[in-house]
Amino acid sequence: MSYTVAAGVGLVAALVLDLVVLRTRLVLGRVFWLSYVIVLCFQLLANGVLTGRGVVRYDPGTILGLRVFHAPVEDLAFGFALVLATLATWVRLGPRPT
Amino acid sequence: MPGLTYAAVLGGCLVSAVWLEPVLRVGVLRQWRRLLLTLVPVAAVFIAWDLAAVAAGQWSFDPGQVLGVWLPGGLPLEEVLFFLAVPLCAVLGFEAVRTVLARGRRR
Repeated sequence: MSYTVAAGVGLVAALVLDLVVLRTRLVLGRVFWLSYVIVLCFQLLANGVLTGRGVVRYDPGTILGLRVFHAPVEDLAFGFALVLATLATWVRLGPRPT
Repeated sequence: MPGLTYAAVLGGCLVSAVWLEPVLRVGVLRQWRRLLLTLVPVAAVFIAWDLAAVAAGQWSFDPGQVLGVWLPGGLPLEEVLFFLAVPLCAVLGFEAVRTVLARGRRR
């Protein structure tokens, strides 16, 4: 499985976790997207350094080759899945809305 | 020769977010059990993904820019810490947005 396919699967899995498994439905609300935009800015910066300076190097055969601030576009899906899975779990473990 | 690049990036992420705890009083670090129950399973899944990707040769790490502590499976220590630091920053950011929105509503 290429990184492109794996990133797509990870993205869908995180959405299923949020919408179906944990039923936190964060992607349907405003707080998640506002937080995600803030996190995304830092992600682009941090990931840009890591990939731009070659701390992490990708096999060109496993990515599409489309890059955003040096990072392969697949990293956006990877990062989104990481943030959504984290926040859905965090919210599910928190106090129930009354 | 080991290097500090990756460690510096992680430090930068944490510094950018940790001030939210005392300044906005988001109370994330105070709920350490809920935090651990969130971070550990998520990190486990993504580290497993990372290990599989490294094993498949999809990406690799420059030995000259990490501290030189290598974990089984070929991950540098920083990569494992990444999967704890980034989710922690995400939770802090999320609770900060919630706190600010709630304060705005009360006004």
